[in-house]
Order: sequence, then C-alpha cells, then structure tokens
Amino acid sequence: MEWTGLLFYLVGFLIAGGIYAILCLALNIQWGMGGLFNAGIAGFFAVGAYASAIVTTQASEKHLGGFGLPIPVGLVVAAVVAGLTGWAVAKICVRLKSDYLAMASIGIAEILRLVIVNESWITNGSLGIANIPRPFDGLVQGRAADFVFLAVVWAVVAMVYWMSARLHDSPWGRTLRAIRDNEHAARAAGKDVDWFRLQTFVIGAAIMGVAGGLSAHYFKFLSPSATEPLLVTFLVWVMLMAGGSGNNRGAIAGGLGIWAIWSLTEIFTNRLPPELATRSSYVRMLLIGLLLQVVLQKFRSGLIPEKSPPVRFDGNSP
Amino acid sequence: MIDFINLYLVPALTLGSIYALGAVGISMIFGILRFAHFAHGDVMSIGAYGVLTAVWFIPIHPLLLMPFGGALAVFSALAADRWFYRPLRKLPTIYTVIASFGVALILRSLMQILWGADNQVYVRGVTMPVVLFDTFRISALHAEAIVLTLIIAVALHFFLTRSRTGRAMRAVADDPELAAVAGLDTEKVIRWTWVIGASLAAVAGVFAGMDTDVHPNLGWNLLLPMFAATILGGIGKPMGAMAGGIIIGLAEELSTYNWIGEASLISPSYKTAVGFIIMVVLLIFRPQGLFKGRLL
Repeated sequence: MEWTGLLFYLVGFLIAGGIYAILCLALNIQWGMGGLFNAGIAGFFAVGAYASAIVTTQASEKHLGGFGLPIPVGLVVAAVVAGLTGWAVAKICVRLKSDYLAMASIGIAEILRLVIVNESWITNGSLGIANIPRPFDGLVQGRAADFVFLAVVWAVVAMVYWMSARLHDSPWGRTLRAIRDNEHAARAAGKDVDWFRLQTFVIGAAIMGVAGGLSAHYFKFLSPSATEPLLVTFLVWVMLMAGGSGNNRGAIAGGLGIWAIWSLTEIFTNRLPPELATRSSYVRMLLIGLLLQVVLQKFRSGLIPEKSPPVRFDGNSP
Repeated sequence: MIDFINLYLVPALTLGSIYALGAVGISMIFGILRFAHFAHGDVMSIGAYGVLTAVWFIPIHPLLLMPFGGALAVFSALAADRWFYRPLRKLPTIYTVIASFGVALILRSLMQILWGADNQVYVRGVTMPVVLFDTFRISALHAEAIVLTLIIAVALHFFLTRSRTGRAMRAVADDPELAAVAGLDTEKVIRWTWVIGASLAAVAGVFAGMDTDVHPNLGWNLLLPMFAATILGGIGKPMGAMAGGIIIGLAEELSTYNWIGEASLISPSYKTAVGFIIMVVLLIFRPQGLFKGRLL
C-alpha cells in the first residue's frame, strides 16, 4: 500500500514536472535564445488552459462551450489563442527596450486574469469549468489513467524538445542568438530584428498555451486560482535560470530539479503544525526568491550551460 | 454635479496622488539606473507596514509616524540595491529587471512572514467626512493625501532644480557618461535616488493602506498603473511622473462614472485595466511620454 502511494505520488510529480518542463522550454525560446523578457507566463498559460477547456467540454449553461471537440484540437486552439495574445503584446513592444516588454506582458497577464474572473459567461467566473475531458478517457479506468496522462504529457515534452532543438540548431536559431548578443551587428548584417523577435515571442507564447491546456485536462477542472500569477511565472523563471538558459536540456533539467525541491519541501512543511505550515510556505517563497538572486550572480549559465551547435560543413561547397 | 465631485473627483485625485508618489521613484530609477524596478510596489507595502508597526506602539495619527515607514522602505531599497542590483550593474540591465522581480517576491514573503497575510487597518472605526459649503464632503484622509502630495511635488521640484544633489541627479539621468566624465559621484546619485524614491513610495503606501487596508499585495497591485504613469510622464522626468500619476488616477476613477446614460461607462471591475490601456496606446503612438522623456 505504501509503495503504490509512493508510485502515484511520483506519477503526479512527473506530470506536473512535465508541464513545467514545457513552460521552461517555451521560456527558453523567448529568453534563452531570443533574450526577450516575459513576465506574463501565467497569462499565456491561463489563456491556453481556458481555450482548450472551452473547446473540448460538453455543452453547459454555466459557461461558453459545448463544442465537444477532440483534445488535440483543443491543444491546437490553445496554442493559436495564446500565440495571438503573444503576437499582440510583442507587436507593441519588440521595437522598444526589453523592460517595456516586461511591463506589457505582466499587464496582459493581469488583464487576462480580470477577464477570466469577471466574464462569467465565458469562464463561469470563480466557480470554474468542470468536467474537462482527459485524453483516452474511456480506455482506462481509475487511477491507471494517470499513467496514460503521464505518457501524453511526456510525449508533448518530447515533441516540444525536438522542435526546440531543431530551432536552436537552425539558421533561424543562430540569427536569434546573434540578435540577442549584439542587436546592432545583426541589424547591420541585414537581419530584420523586430520580425525575428516577434516570431520568437509568438512561438514561445503558443507553447505556453499548450502547457496551460495540458494542465486543464490533467486536473479536469479549471478555476482562476489555477493560474496563480506569481507562482507559475516566477517558478518557471527560476527553473530556466537555474537549469541553464539557452540550453533545451538545461530547461528540462531545471524544470524537474526546481519542481523536485518545491514539492519535497512541501511534503516537509505539510507535516508542521498548521500555524507554522502557512508561515513556512512563505519561507519557501523567500528561499526561491533568494535562489534566483544566487543564480543570477554566481551561476548565470546554469546547471547545463548553453552550447553552440556544431558547425557542419557541406562537403560539396567550396 | 456635487455628487460627481464628492464621489468621483476627490477619490480620483487621491488615487492619482498615490500613483504619483509611487511613480516618481520608478521614473527616477528608470532614468538613472536604466531599469524598470518591479519591486517598487513592494517597497511601498514595506513602508505601509513600517507605519503600521509604529502605530501599535505609539497610538497617534499614522501620518505623524511616517518617518518609521520611510526609514524601513529606504533601508529595504538600499539593501536590495547593495546585495542584489549592484553586483549586476555591469551586465545588461535586463538582468537587474529579473533581479528586481525576485526582490519583489523576497520582500513580499518577508512581509507575509513578519506581519501575516491578513488585511490590517491603522485605526479602527469610521471617521466622518468633513463637510464644507453644506454639500462638499471630503474625508480627512483624501484631503491629507492631496495636500501632502502637492507639498511634496513643490519640494521635489525645488530639490531637483536648486540643490546640488538634485541637479546631479538630473544630469546623470540625462547623460550618464557625460555626468561621470564631469566628475559627478554616480554612486552617491544612485543612493539619493533610492532614498527619495523609497521614501515617497512609503508615503504612497501609507495613503493606500489608509484608504483601504494594509496587506502584503498592497503595492504589487498598484505597480501596473504606476508603470503607466511613469511612461505617460516620460522616463527620467519625476515631475512628469507625478502628472502622469494624477492623470492615470483620474482616468481610472472617472471611467466608472455614468457619462453616458445610467450605467457606468466601464464596469468598476475593469477599472485597473484603464491604466494598462493608456500604457499600451502610449507605447504604440508616443513611447517617449507626454513630456518628452527619454526613450530607452
């Protein structure tokens, strides 16, 4: 009994860790490769979660929906909606210093939160959306379904990783790093800096939307509190910085590593008396904040530092 | 008409004053240190808690205890600068932005650990508004906030234009290399920037806390409109930021007035979005702000 409990804990841990890994890969495209600051990760995540939930649920009088479409369609819609939101933010800010992008992205996350809480005809407000389907729902019963979902999440992680690795090694990725490291030189070499940045931000935002969609299908229920702005945004930043910004493997390692620390300390603090338990959750936040500062000052390159892809020469070219 | 003044205009000016005092610091830090300070809202909350603690021990009017809040806010800002921002000063400023994001979380968790996460008030009970000319009602807090902000604005103006330190600050904001070549002590200017920015933030935090109540998210929730005010006033223009703050405050409150028909123009639950919309429009059409600030 003890062992099955542990096993299911591990499965739940890996599912959430996988979703964080997807968010880290997305942020790695935006920040690690493109040098763009996104402070509104929670907003893109929430938009994706709601988009996928609304598209895939059965009809309900309480919120917009009733399309009952398959889950892959839901995830694609999540990516499109989050990508469009990202496009709007980036379109306004890419030509300005990155601080403006930070302000605007945190702003859009806040506006989206307001919309989700207030427009209850779309989202059922703070009561949330229930009965969100899970992939392969009919196939397996009971808790074994978690294993199936685990496979689905990590299949998506693998897909995003593969795509991100291809982007990283491609001429497109090289151009991005050139822009990140020296904008003026890249511009002088004839690269359309703003256009590249716009693409980067949209791709990252779309992947964040997919992560949001996956979390909605995992919990089968979605309410505004699921998108606690600080926790999602901040944890993902710490994960990527600690794991190694610019390196896709580092992003996944950081996601799992920080998520392990975060969950293990939770087990520990939950055993404390209730009075201390709430306070100690703030202590965890404080430590995560300090960890970010340490990483920023001492190991900016992270656990697995960025590596330039090997340069391959084509035998036939002169 | 009198209802409009009592229920909309005066609260709008109060809110505007809070934004104005907070935005001064953000604008000066942005102008001199070149980064958007995401922890400024939490410096405000720290100031509010400093005064709250003082009120527990010395039960007099909170505004008289302002120095305690100011001192605590200045201390936390200087400590954050010393430990978290200064080591990153040689790097691209975006790293400092990330660090300030982390400092915001650190300050907030500290407040939650030390003072708890609940809403707290300075003084219990309801204070009656002052009635002037039979119909004009203004609560003491609103009057104090508006008048004190005016006094601070005038004092700040004279400090920046007449005093040596103030002029040095403007010089560094305009052109840091030239200022350094001319022999200005940049680190001293930076210290003064934090002192002024944080103490004004503390004043704003106390007003905000008196207007509603004190809680750890008090300042963070005001950050977005203060950024909007900073951009509206032009970065590195403290007086512009003050004007920007008043304008954003007016726009937010007055957008809920029933200008057309019976219903309010914008649902009050979307009030906080107004500042953001203004910011977005500015970033598209006039990113240097109304008063020709810098475009970084």
